[in-house]
Amino acid sequence: MRPPDRPLFVARESYRRSRIIDAIKLVPVLGALLFLIPILNMSSGSATTFSGLLYLFLSWLGLIGLSAYLARRVMQKDVGSEGEMAESPDKDAQ
Amino acid sequence: MGNQVLLVEDEPNIIEAVGFILARDGWAVATHANGETAMDEIRRVCPDVLVLDVMLPGRSGFEVLKDLRADADLHALPVLMLTARGQDKDRDLAEKLGATRFMTKPFSNADLLDAVRKIATS
Amino acid sequence: MVSFNLLALVSFAYVAVLFGVAFWADKQARKGKSSWLRSPLIYTLSLSIYCTAWTFYGAVGYAARSGLEYLTIYLGPTLVLVGWWWILRKLVHVGRAQRVTSIADLISSRYGKSNLLGVIVTLMAVIGTTPYIALQLQSVTLSFSVFAADQQAGWARPDLNITAFWIAAGLALFTILFGTRSLDVNERHSGVVTAIAIEAVVKLVALLAVGIFVVWGIAGGPAEIAEAIETSQMATWKMDGARWVSITFLSAAAFLTLPRMFQVLVVENANERQLATASWAFPLYLLLMSLFVLPIAVMGLKTMPEGANPDLFVLTLPLSQNREGLAMLSFLGGFSSATSMVIVAAIALSTMVSNHIVMPLWLWARRANPGASQSGDLRRFVLISRRLAIGGILLLGYAYYRFSGGGAALAAIGLISFTGVAQVLPALLGGLFWRGATRTGAAAGLISGFVLWAYTLYLPSFGADGIISSKMLADGPWGWGWLRPQALFGLGGIDPVVHALFWSMIANTTAFFAFSLGSFPTPLERLQSAQFVHALPQNTPSRSSLIGSGGAEDLLVLSQRIMGPVQAQTLFENHAKRQGKDGYLPDPTPDFIERLERELAGLVGAATAHAMIGPVVGGVAVSVDDLMAVADEAQQVLEYSTRLEAQSEELSRTARQLSSANDKLTQLSVQKDAFLSQISHELRTPMTSIRAFSEILAEREQALTPDERHKYATIIQDETIRLTRLLDDLLDLSVLENGQVSLDFQPVYLHDVIDRAEVACMSFLGAQKLVIHREKGNEAISLYTDTGRLAQVFINLVSNAAKYNRAAAPRLDIRISLREGRVLVDLIDNGDVIPVEKRALIFEKFSRLSDQAAAGSAGLGLAICREIMGKLGGRVDYLPGQGGAAFRVTLPLSDPKIRDNS
Repeated sequence: MRPPDRPLFVARESYRRSRIIDAIKLVPVLGALLFLIPILNMSSGSATTFSGLLYLFLSWLGLIGLSAYLARRVMQKDVGSEGEMAESPDKDAQ
Repeated sequence: MGNQVLLVEDEPNIIEAVGFILARDGWAVATHANGETAMDEIRRVCPDVLVLDVMLPGRSGFEVLKDLRADADLHALPVLMLTARGQDKDRDLAEKLGATRFMTKPFSNADLLDAVRKIATS
Repeated sequence: MVSFNLLALVSFAYVAVLFGVAFWADKQARKGKSSWLRSPLIYTLSLSIYCTAWTFYGAVGYAARSGLEYLTIYLGPTLVLVGWWWILRKLVHVGRAQRVTSIADLISSRYGKSNLLGVIVTLMAVIGTTPYIALQLQSVTLSFSVFAADQQAGWARPDLNITAFWIAAGLALFTILFGTRSLDVNERHSGVVTAIAIEAVVKLVALLAVGIFVVWGIAGGPAEIAEAIETSQMATWKMDGARWVSITFLSAAAFLTLPRMFQVLVVENANERQLATASWAFPLYLLLMSLFVLPIAVMGLKTMPEGANPDLFVLTLPLSQNREGLAMLSFLGGFSSATSMVIVAAIALSTMVSNHIVMPLWLWARRANPGASQSGDLRRFVLISRRLAIGGILLLGYAYYRFSGGGAALAAIGLISFTGVAQVLPALLGGLFWRGATRTGAAAGLISGFVLWAYTLYLPSFGADGIISSKMLADGPWGWGWLRPQALFGLGGIDPVVHALFWSMIANTTAFFAFSLGSFPTPLERLQSAQFVHALPQNTPSRSSLIGSGGAEDLLVLSQRIMGPVQAQTLFENHAKRQGKDGYLPDPTPDFIERLERELAGLVGAATAHAMIGPVVGGVAVSVDDLMAVADEAQQVLEYSTRLEAQSEELSRTARQLSSANDKLTQLSVQKDAFLSQISHELRTPMTSIRAFSEILAEREQALTPDERHKYATIIQDETIRLTRLLDDLLDLSVLENGQVSLDFQPVYLHDVIDRAEVACMSFLGAQKLVIHREKGNEAISLYTDTGRLAQVFINLVSNAAKYNRAAAPRLDIRISLREGRVLVDLIDNGDVIPVEKRALIFEKFSRLSDQAAAGSAGLGLAICREIMGKLGGRVDYLPGQGGAAFRVTLPLSDPKIRDNS
């Protein structure tokens, strides 16, 4: 066995997975920020409804895309542990 | 010495046979068919020789033997153990627990009488 | 113009299609072809019941009145879903692990299976949902009236009330038919879910179609729409910050706590994959649903005559352009939104009402008789109470619709209802994340939040002089200004919804925390709190010392009453198998008891299931100190296992496998020795008698009387026969075990085989007066089997029943039933029940229960039966819980093809 030429990192996969979960946990925070920013802007009363519409829908769409990407990643990595739910009780109730 | 034999055995036909053989030889034979109550019966009858089967309902002959040897009054009672399983480890166990003599079924009537007479006088 | 008849026809056709689809899906599910129902797509679509008629029609009106604020209704749930890892994932785990049936059940279960909390949440849900159901009925009738308004003559308004009534009745019928088909609410309602998925697609397509028509049909494209918005009355974004935040929060909270949302989100959830997909797919659905709302509103305001109701633009815009087909589609979309919401809400509420109000009352009424929970057909009772509850809830909704007059009061009810159900949020989140939350705290929070909600929002919603007098609204009760319902403590001048949300939530959370901190949880609460807060997928704490020796048999009897015999026996059998035992009685391990309790909780709710199982397992008799010890122990175990989680799981699994393999080997070796020594014993015993008596006869023939000679010769003969029979049995068994047996399969009727066995038994049992009761009508089942061997099994079982039955009037019942392609033949006698500890032994070789060898068998009969049944593709088991010794013979139904191939 040749020595690893990149720094030794145990459980690379599970580390990556934990970071993806961190990212998932951050998505709603990002979402809340995006949806609340208009309040700050509003006090000046300058925004038009149309620009608001564009802004909200675009950030909404971005949130959905990000969430879809992360959900897919975490479920791919999760294939092994999917059993945790599949194996849960109600399975053998037939 | 007396001539009282207690036969602890659960097979009716074997009781019949052994009882007959011993009685013909001049022994007074009492019988009992249960392992659990065997100790009480032994105390009641106070036999001179005990013929004890291994496979008994309730409690095995080995356990009865163990109690017997631990009992102050009865520890010297001569015991002939009978077994139908015929394995060496049964014989070893019987010896370890202090059986006076050990016989495997089936046996010849002469051997049985011989054994009972010998252990009664020893 | 669309005539009333055409509209009615289309609605009927649509409803008929839904019924048909639901029937079809239910049928598929019963055939076991329902895996597609577990697909994430269907799950996502079923969430769409969030979008009711209120959002379908009302969103446009909302946008026309308040601009972009309508979006908050969709943004809240979006945040909850994209943040699924925080709350939803845990909620779904807990819901599945605890077999939770409703939001009321979750709260009740978390706080020590408290029925009080179950009742509170149920009542809140009913009060909060009834107006909402009324709102759906109103929207449908209103949409009917839109078509009516175009019609000059014809169906006038009074007819609409009748329409509303028939819609409610139809919905009740649908819900009862497909929502209460099975008792287990954890089982997916295939028909309902499928119908709802279709409705989800219909309403999305309808709204998108209208939107596309408005943007490209009425206006000239997106650019023109942008211009229309810029020039409309809502050109500048007038945003009320407090309302924006409040309603976003409110819709997020309601998304979690609405009974119907909880039903589809948690109860109907099958796995985490569904949730992961829904986390982005449902926000996408919401985005599409709201995409064209503002354009429709703007174009409606621009082109429709002054005073047109913006709530109905979705219908009236296409109609004004003479697009009747489109209007019809839009009508069906609104219809779908209304009906799917009502159906799921009715299922969720009826489960809650039945489990938390009807069942406890019933148990209480029967408390005089402690065995009551084990008698009577509970199953039917639960189903009936659930069906009645559905009817009752829809009737209540209809009544509310009629008496509220269907006016503007209803339009505002959406947010009011949201605020009401959101009161469950602190108890829910506190229960999931904070171990210190207690029952007292939850009850205090729920009640104070609910009271404030009612006082500040719900009661005033009936309008001035509705329930609260206008004087009281203006001046407060008894003239106390600081108690004015819409300006508590002088906090006036703000939006009523924001005001009510603020005060009710403040009071709710304050009471929740204060009372939780100040009270002490019961032991059961502490146990449950650990299970909820540390909800790990694979590890629930064991209640090792909690359960004494609850009779598994009593549990089976109880479960049979609730689940029905088939399901209960399957559950027990499976669990026994998992414990490595054959038959129907698993050890009542804590693990099993917990499992069973959850299984029952899925039927009758956690509190009720706990109350029922408690007396049987004797868990209630355990002292508080014991429980505290267990709770602490459980928590330590949990915390420890959290740390070791992944690796130790794998390690211990391997270790378990190794040790079980080792056990098996040891057992095999022990069995072999035991078998040899048994054979030796069985052979030598008769030989001893034979040898002794033959010697006696040979040596001392002269000395014996003729009687004695005859007697001893007879003994020798009997013992020889015994030896021969033993050897026959042994040979038979060895042939069977080594698979060298040639079976002679042929078609035969079950009753012929049983006839044969009965005749054979009667001939050699002769004197014994065993009376055999048969169900000849059920026995005409054709089998493909080895007749002789099968008869041998029945002969063995019948003769056992004759030999060992010590009842005064021995009787044997032979009952036949069919299950899943198998024939079950139960032979049940009225003799002594075989003791639990012996049941595992009776099928072993040389096991004789009675001590006398008098019965003349070597104890191989049942072992042979078991081998034969194995060869015939069936099995034979001891069947517990029947009141006597009972055996069940399971046989495959006649299927020559399968037989030939094997």
